[in-house]
Parts: sequence; structure tokens; C-alpha cells
Amino acid sequence: MQKRLLAILLVLPALTMIVLFFIVPLFASIVGAFEIGDTFGLGNFTKSFELYSKDMIFSLVIVGISAAFIGLFSVAIGGYLILGENPRAVALLRWLYRWPMFIPFIVVGQVMRTFLAKNGLMNNIFVSLGLLTPLQTVGFLDWRGIVIAFVWKQTPFVTLLVAGAMASLDRSTIEAARNLGASRLRILIEIVLPQIAGTLLVGLILSFVTMMSVLSVPLMINAQSPTMLTADIAFRINAHGDYGVANALGMISLLLTAGVALIYLRQTVRERS
Amino acid sequence: MMVRIDLWWLPRAFVLGLLAFVIFGPLTNLVLWTVAEKWYFPHMLPLEYGVSFWQRVFSPRGNAMESLGTSVLIATLTVIASLALAIPAGYALSRLKLPFRGLILLAFLIPQAFPNLPVYVNIARFFYQIGLNGTIPGVVMVHVTHGLVFAVWIATAAFSAVEIDLEDAARSIGAGPIQAFRDVTLPLAAPGLMASAIFVFLESLDEFTGSYFVGAPDVTTLPLLLYTAGAGGNYQIASITALLLLVPSIGFMLVVERFLRADVLSKVGH
Repeated sequence: MQKRLLAILLVLPALTMIVLFFIVPLFASIVGAFEIGDTFGLGNFTKSFELYSKDMIFSLVIVGISAAFIGLFSVAIGGYLILGENPRAVALLRWLYRWPMFIPFIVVGQVMRTFLAKNGLMNNIFVSLGLLTPLQTVGFLDWRGIVIAFVWKQTPFVTLLVAGAMASLDRSTIEAARNLGASRLRILIEIVLPQIAGTLLVGLILSFVTMMSVLSVPLMINAQSPTMLTADIAFRINAHGDYGVANALGMISLLLTAGVALIYLRQTVRERS
Repeated sequence: MMVRIDLWWLPRAFVLGLLAFVIFGPLTNLVLWTVAEKWYFPHMLPLEYGVSFWQRVFSPRGNAMESLGTSVLIATLTVIASLALAIPAGYALSRLKLPFRGLILLAFLIPQAFPNLPVYVNIARFFYQIGLNGTIPGVVMVHVTHGLVFAVWIATAAFSAVEIDLEDAARSIGAGPIQAFRDVTLPLAAPGLMASAIFVFLESLDEFTGSYFVGAPDVTTLPLLLYTAGAGGNYQIASITALLLLVPSIGFMLVVERFLRADVLSKVGH
């Protein structure tokens, strides 16, 4: 009994920190979303939908497209890492794909802003190679820039998880299918992918939440309308000191995230039963 | 004998080359901006190179040095506070009988699993009332909460990877529980704890959103400086700041496996 008390005492300070500086403010934000002056009501939500319903759809679409690309690329890279037959190409890919993983979002924002601009290095290279004329160049600093920045930064993380799960699979079924003449693409889609779907899902949901809460990338790449909800929340606070609408927008992004997580979870439960 | 040329190298080289361009193109662009004195459309490369912006950034009056100092101070304090909280918690979670152990482990994940912007907004509002807004302790508290999941999970895994027999052996030859912990368990778990310290340090160094609401404008960390320089159109200063943030991150990516051995890694989150 005494030992159990000791264990609780050892964990308590760290837990208190989480409760005090995350869970309490989270509840404050939910309560604040319904607060109008001294009374409670749905006014903040009506205002949020009037002003920002376009941005809600914009956020969901951007994050959804990014997640789709991240899933596609991570499965492709992970698949080549276990099914690739040339050890040198596999080693090269393993060395190459992880570089963006620990690069902070704020740096990704700055890097992409200069690289993807109408007169950025990417267009300059295309012009020098004769692929484009200076008049044909277009900047990518809109929704495409955000998607590129997200995919660039999050793919290595999901790939790391997916490749780890693939490496721990039982190789005998793969070898058997290979001996029967199945192509590598077919093995990846029909044998490997179903077995690692759970890991891929966890990685994508974590990425989804991360992308929904990143402020720096939308602020740096595309701050004009339509933009992502995070940029709107910052704008409501900095320009208007309007905590009510900011909290309502926060709760909406919370619900959107929770909704996506739930849809996916139900899907997997159904698949398994 | 015929020399066989592997024709598969053509598509392979093309795809790997494309990937290398996608990954290193933007990074090269960043490095070029840090040494570009004059660079305008449609020239592919800068017209003049120089280090005058580096001199400006690192001059005694330049605010980058001050931001670097603030960032390192905040990150160091964050690491100390996180380890002080995570070592006892990790030990209890790995060694002692704890009710609702799984739920407690999960609780530390909450700050990473919910969109954290609304939380920071409300912390800032609360800190403003008690005078913590715009102070270094305020920013440290936000960073500790955010990084605690790495600290606690990795510390728990590091202690789990230490054989309990070694601790029992020390106890049986007369060491007290605290002595056994200090002389046996703690040194053996040190590489894993080091990894968690580096994780927390980097998280704090790179954190933008929390510092933006709780710290700005009084506490200027490197990411905040990068943001203001970029917003003001000063791409050289922004790129140099970005490079300062990039180097520790990439360095860690290259050595992470040395600190996080597979036996510790396999126990993370269990």
C-alpha cells in the first residue's frame, strides 16, 4: 500500500503539469466558445460560420489532400525499402527520405516561401533549363504551397512508422508470393498494405492533428483569404482581441479533427469484425 | 563474357534524383539566401555573394544573438524541468505498481493529440492575468507541457530496458533503494534519458505557436525572430535564423540511433 502511494506521488507532479497547463485551458476554451459578455449562447458559432465557413472547408480539404499524398508517398517509399532488390538503391533511399523529419515547421515555411515563389529558385531553375519562359512561371504560394510544405515535412515521419511496421512483417508470405510470380507492386498492395494499415492510420491521424494545429506554415505561405483556421484564430486574437470567436473556431477545429479520427476508427473496427 | 548493364538504373536514378531535388532543392535555396548579397529574377543564382548579413546578425547589437541566447536559455530550463518531472514519473511507471498505468501514459500524449492553438490562446489569457505573460518562466511552462510526452515516454522506456536483476543485486549486497537507483539504475538508463533530453531541447528550440502567444513581444526566441524578419521581407536574416535552427535538428536526425538503442525504442509507449 505504501509502495503504491509512493508511485502515485512520483507521477503526480508531471500529471499536474498536464492538467494545469493543458486540460484546464482546453476546458476554458470550450467554455469560452459559448461565452458572450456575461451570458452564454451560440452567438460566437453563428459569427464563426458567417465569417469563416469557407476557411473551414479550405482547412479540411488542404489537410485531407496532404494526408492522402503523405499516405501514398510513405507506402511507396516504405514498400521500396523492403521489396527493393538493389541494395545500393535501397540504402540511398533510406539515407535520403528522412532529411525533413526534424526540420521545424517555421523553417519549412521560410524555406518553401523562398523556393516556391514566382521568382523563387524552382522557377529560376526551370527557366534556365529552358522548360519554362519567364512569362510562364507561376508562384505556388497559395493552397498548393501549404500542401507541398505539409507533405514535405510529414512524409518522413509517417514513412518511418510504416517502414518499421513493414520490416517486422513475416517475410515468408512475401517470398511465397514472389516465388509464385506475383509482381512487387501487387505484393505491396495485396499482402503488405493490409497488414500495416493500422500503423499507417495512426501515423496519418497524428499528422492530421499536427497539420490542423500548425500556425506558422499558413501564416508564412498563404495568409490571405481563404486561409486555414489556425491563421483565423491568431487574427481574431491579435487584431480584435475577440476570444469568443477564437475559442469557437478552436472548438470547431477540435470537432473536425475528432470527427475525422472517429470516422477512421469506425472504419477499422468494421473492417476487423 | 558479356558485360551486363542493369537497365533498371535508368528509372531508379531518375526517381532518386527527383527525390533528391525535392528534398535538397529547398534546402540549397535556404543556404544560398544566407550568402546572397544581390539576387533577383530571373537569375537562377545570386549575382553577388557575401557575408555582410552574417556580420549584421552576429554583431553585438544584432538581435539574433540575443534571440539565440533567449532560445538556448529557455530550452535548457525546459530540459531541466522536464527531466526533474519525468525521471520520477518514468521510474514509477516502469518499476512500481501503479493503478491506471495505461491511462496515465496516455494522459501525457494529450498535448500532442489535440489541436493546441486554442489551448495556447487561453493559457496566454490566464498568464496575462497573473503576470506570467511575456516572461521566460511562462514560456518554459508551455514548452515543458508540450515536451513532457517525449520526456516521460522515453524515460519510462529507458528504465524498463534496465534489467531489474541488477537493481536487486545491488539491494542484496546492502545498498539502500535510493543508493541502488543512483549508482545502478540511473547510470544504465542515462543514454535513453540523454535522448529524451535532446528531444525536449529541440522541441523547445523549434516551438513557435506557444511562444507566439505567451512570449511575444517581450520574449523573442529564434523562431519568433525568423517570423518577424520573414514578414518584414528580410529574407537574408530570416534564412540565417532558419539555418541556425536547422543545424541542430539535422545533426540530431543523423545521430538519433546512437542514443536511442533498439531495446529502448521497442519499449516506448508500453
